[in-house]
Amino acid sequence: MSQELTNAMATMKEQEAISIAKDLIKKGEDPLEIFASCRAAMEIVGSRFEKNEYFLPELMMSGEILRQISELLKPLMKEGAETGGKAGRVIIATVQGDIHDIGKDIVVLMLDVNGFDVLDLGIDVPPAKIIEAIKDFKPQVVGLSGFLTVAFDSMKETVEQIKAAGLRDDVKIMIGGGQIDEEIKNYAGADAYGSDAMAAVNLSKNWIGG
Amino acid sequence: METKVSSASQEVIISETAPTRLIGERINPTGKKRLQDALKSEDYDYIKELAISQVEAGADILDVNVVTPGVDEVALLPKVIELIMKTVEVPLCIDINNTAALKGALEVYEGKALINSVSMEEVSSNEVLPLVKEYGAAVIGLTIDDEGIPKEAGKRVEIAHRLVEKAEEYGIPREDIIMDCLCLTVGSDSNAGMETLEAIRRVKEELGVNQTLGASNISFGLPNRLLLNQTFLAIAIAAGLTCPTVNIAHVCSTVRAADLVLGRDRFAMRYIQDYRKQTGS
Repeated sequence: MSQELTNAMATMKEQEAISIAKDLIKKGEDPLEIFASCRAAMEIVGSRFEKNEYFLPELMMSGEILRQISELLKPLMKEGAETGGKAGRVIIATVQGDIHDIGKDIVVLMLDVNGFDVLDLGIDVPPAKIIEAIKDFKPQVVGLSGFLTVAFDSMKETVEQIKAAGLRDDVKIMIGGGQIDEEIKNYAGADAYGSDAMAAVNLSKNWIGG
Repeated sequence: METKVSSASQEVIISETAPTRLIGERINPTGKKRLQDALKSEDYDYIKELAISQVEAGADILDVNVVTPGVDEVALLPKVIELIMKTVEVPLCIDINNTAALKGALEVYEGKALINSVSMEEVSSNEVLPLVKEYGAAVIGLTIDDEGIPKEAGKRVEIAHRLVEKAEEYGIPREDIIMDCLCLTVGSDSNAGMETLEAIRRVKEELGVNQTLGASNISFGLPNRLLLNQTFLAIAIAAGLTCPTVNIAHVCSTVRAADLVLGRDRFAMRYIQDYRKQTGS
């Protein structure tokens, strides 16, 4: 682990972080170790974001630094070992009738940089498509996103159809979006709700890890 | 180009040579617990209060949306529209989720309503445009199609063209369409503001229609949102925005200042009037 790299990334020093990563590569450092330093930085950024010390663009920027460093590391990693194994599989979709994707995209990004294998189904996704994806992709977690009021009914409908397809016990379902709260979670029949991208990461970690 | 909307007693003309007209956004329960509860229990005092306070703050038109879980939009919307018509004199913007609710609301509305909204999504345009024509209303057109909101300005402008063409096929005149080029947050994409501004400029240049925008999206995820909202609004007005949908109390002074700078406030009368109102002098 390189504390220097972690610090540079966690404080948004883009050029510095990339040049440290390049130096480490040149010195023959294990790519998995370099990646672990980046992961540690992402955890710091995520926790600062949760405490309102960091803002959305800083979350995006750390993701961008990580993307650039990953590009450098990829050619050096053996197939299948690219991130030291994936943390688990998650499907994310904005439900039918809603087209909001800003929040969803941030959740996808944060899950991805935290080591999850994420399948993003996009916006306005009908329940049938989500069920098909659950069968093919076999995720442990399904995340449903929506901002509009109409999304609440779509979430409920999606959960019911997952149940009807006999898949409800195979997945944990989390929901999120600007207006989502405990009441809507119960209404939709989801397992949990999250109010920001870090909540999605933490929920997924708890479910898959435990 | 002039878009006229009216209530039983007032006509509002939206035009780039007139002062910027403000559509009050607050009668919309999305994310507002207190209004959600008021709608559920049909507590009309709070809704009246929201109408009056926005008009006092400078609203030219009020947006009315009642969509909230556990509420029957079709039954409630006409009731709330009638209530607000009795409470204030400004024209209303009927903000719907469900086309069935729109018909009921247009049925009770007195004057020429503004409808919020239609998009180039197949279902939306096929259902809403005939009602716009039938009731002789004006309508807000969103630059969305079945693929969602395009990131690039060019694609939004292209949707705006298609929307105007489709409306004209229904016999709806171009001046009755108010385009909304939509704004995404600069919190996740620093170019989002520029794309929206570019779309506004091009829609103004190529179609000449009036334009609205829910400008507060721009600042999602950022600190000091009000500063960003106000700054963006002023630039967007310069680009061609003529009737933003806003929290009036928060941005009225910014809009007055922008209008003065853009030569739409003769002898700065409206700017000074706003100053006196804000300072109580």
